[in-house]
Order: sequence, then structure tokens, then C-alpha cells
Amino acid sequence: MRRTLRTAWRIARKDVVIEARSRELVYTTLFFSVACVLIFAFGLVRDGHAPEEASPAILWATIVFAGTLALGRTFERERESETLRALLLAPSERAAVYLGKLAGLLLLMAGVEITVLLLVGLLFSAPLLRAPWLLAGLLATGTLGFACVGTLFAAMLMRARSRDVLLPVVLFPIVIPVVIAGVRGTAAIFAAEADLPTALMWLGMLVFFDAVFVTLALWTFGPVMSEG
Amino acid sequence: MSASVIDFESVQVEDVSRRFGRRRALSHVSVTAHAGDVIALLGPNGAGKSTLLAILSTLLSVSAGRVCYGTRTAAEHGDDLRAQIGLLGHDMFLYGDLTARENLTFFATLYGLDQVASRVDAALDYARLRDRGDDRVAGFSRGMRQRLALERALIHTPTLVLLDEPFTGLDEESAGVLAQRLDALRLSGAIIIMATHDFEYADRVATRAVCLSDGRVQPIEAGGGTLRDRYRRTLQAGRS
Repeated sequence: MRRTLRTAWRIARKDVVIEARSRELVYTTLFFSVACVLIFAFGLVRDGHAPEEASPAILWATIVFAGTLALGRTFERERESETLRALLLAPSERAAVYLGKLAGLLLLMAGVEITVLLLVGLLFSAPLLRAPWLLAGLLATGTLGFACVGTLFAAMLMRARSRDVLLPVVLFPIVIPVVIAGVRGTAAIFAAEADLPTALMWLGMLVFFDAVFVTLALWTFGPVMSEG
Repeated sequence: MSASVIDFESVQVEDVSRRFGRRRALSHVSVTAHAGDVIALLGPNGAGKSTLLAILSTLLSVSAGRVCYGTRTAAEHGDDLRAQIGLLGHDMFLYGDLTARENLTFFATLYGLDQVASRVDAALDYARLRDRGDDRVAGFSRGMRQRLALERALIHTPTLVLLDEPFTGLDEESAGVLAQRLDALRLSGAIIIMATHDFEYADRVATRAVCLSDGRVQPIEAGGGTLRDRYRRTLQAGRS
């Protein structure tokens, strides 16, 4: 177990070093996210007021689309020189490769989410500080649920010719429960009369989804990758 | 190394077949390699050489048959087996945005090696890239990347060395150095299996040649002539 986690950490650290050098994913996803939120703001904000229930949907839609963009590019980098095969040859459980790529993606998405959250708070007057820990919990578990399925599918589709088209097609139907739970939980916090027990219930749902998805992904990654 | 040491002195490919959907890549292939063997895998494009190397490296599973490392299969050995396998693929398996030193360091730590810095320095010396160690790989020529990729594959001193077209992109001097490196590995008891179209170096380095054609092993023609001549006769005999 320790060896698996060590290998995962090294892969994630390598991804961070490469990203810090190229800044390709950070710039792409940040630019997309900011543009997305601004477009919603231009369309929905009237006289300085935004529809009350718009902000949770905008927040999660931006996270999901920016995440899908990042997923494709993360594995494109491993495809260019077939380095994923070299990672799979490491003498540790192949799940370590999955965990490493997942951790790298989560770090990137966390950075993007902080920016998106601040923009949504600013442009849509969302009450970010009403239940900050609960909101952070919803975002963390929702992002994990999305990224853990996305990482598995992105790895599986790496050699598919139409992977950019296929990834959202196969990913979105699976992560719909995660997105619904994230949106409803966030809406419960942002509502004029905050309903924190409901938000807590959706957080529980997300924890359940995460447990199921992470377990399934760890279980299937090795066999799926060794089938070539 | 943190991985438990697995030792094997032979690799047996026993009646292995591999299909990709309806396409048959390998059909009832049997090959045995012992410590100190350098086997040249010959054959036309699409003959199944790379597929066989992928199966030997554990990256690909077989559709039928089995591969034994010593007396046990990869599944029986577990993940630690991969610490004894080095693969130089057709692609380089190198990160262009990392320097040569960072690439080697990353893979050395991935294999849980100790004395990483000195191993990396030695690998850079073997690759004759000591003075370019801190340059990004993206700026390297094909030959430089090939030399670095070879050292990446060998940094953990594997027992089974699998090379896919190792001489491609190398100038004459580099190819000569590689041939010497393979000789040294053979003498140290490594098992080397290389897919190649370079008959001159295969003839010089290999202890044995195996010809694959249309996914099947064709016995190499005995008799006189160079390896290239025998290979041509083998393919002609296979067609007729």
C-alpha cells in the first residue's frame, strides 16, 4: 500500500512539474472557465442582479466542462510519447498510475475551482461564506466523483481515434448523479433561506458516490489497461 | 530497491496466440530464451514482433497460451516481476518537458532504486549526454532521444531486456556503442530480445534469430550466407 501511494505521489509530482513548466493546462482551463462564467454573467445579470438559483448551476457547469477539457489534455501528454506504457511497467500496483494521474488532475481542478468560485461570488452575489466548510466539502467530493470516473475513461480512451468526442459522451451520463448532487447541495446553501440539513444530505450522497466510483475505478484500471 | 527481488534465468513463450478483435496478431508462437541469449526478432512489418514484445513486457495479455518467467507466469510473480523487465519501445517513453536528468531520475524513483543520483550520472555517461543532462528532451535529436530512452529502459538493471528497433535513428558510432552495450549486458547474464530490421547489427550482436511472419514463427533457414540472406530465404520458403 505504501509503495502504491509513493508511486502515485511521484507521478502526481511529475505532472505538476511538467504543468508548472508548460502551463498549458492551467492557462487553457482557466481561460475557458473565466470565459464561461463571464458569458453567463452577460446573459443573466440585469441591473446588477442575477437570478438567485443560477449560480450553483453556473458553478458546476463550468467545473464539469473545464474538467473535461483538462482530462483530455492530461492523457494526451502521456500519449504523445507513449509514456503511459512506461508508467504501467513500474513495479507497483497499476492502480498507483491511476491514483497519480487522478491526484494531478485534482490539484489542477482545485486551482480552477478557487478562481471560478470567486468569480461566481463576485458576479452573481453568491453567499460563499454562509457555510464555507459545507461548500468546500460539496466541491471536494463532487470534484473527486467527477475526476475519478473521468480519469478512468480518459485512460481507457487514450488510443481511440475519436477520444475527444467519446470522452464526454461516455463520461457525462455516468457522472450525472454527482453533478445533480453538487448542484442541489450548493443550491441549498445559496438559497435565500439556507437549508443546511439538505446540503448535508447531498454531501452524504456525494461521499457515497465517491466511495463506489473510486473503488470501481481502482478495481478495473489494471485489467483494463493490460488488455491494450 | 523496495521491490522484492525476483530472479529468473529463462523466459518461455508457450503456444501464445493474441487476437485484436478478428485480427490475429500472433498464432501459436513458442520461443525460449535463456540468460546470456540475445534473440533478434526478425520479420516484415506487421508480423507481430511488437505484439510479442508487449506480451513479454506484461503490457499485453495473451489470448491463448502462456509466458513463463523462470517457472512462473507474470500473474504468479505479481507486480514485482516488472522490476526485472526493461522495455525500449518504438516510441521513446520520455517526457519532452522534462530534462534528460529529470526523466532518468523520475523513472529511477518509480522503480524504487537507491543511489539515484549516481545511477543517473552513470546512465547519462552511457548515453553520452552528460553535458546535455539539464536540457529538455524536447530539444534533442532522434538519436539522442534513442540513446536516452535506452538508458531509461536499463536504469534498473533488468534481467529481461526488450528492445523494439533499438538501432533506429542512431549514427554509426552510436550504433556501435549500443552493440557493445548489448554485448556487456549479455555477458552479465541478461536475456535480451530485440525486434529489428537492422541485419548488420543483428548478425553482430544476436546469439540467435527468430523470424515471425504473419504472426507465426518461421524457422530460420540454416546454411551459409549472412543473416539477411537466410532471412530472405526463410520468407521465400514461407511464401512458397
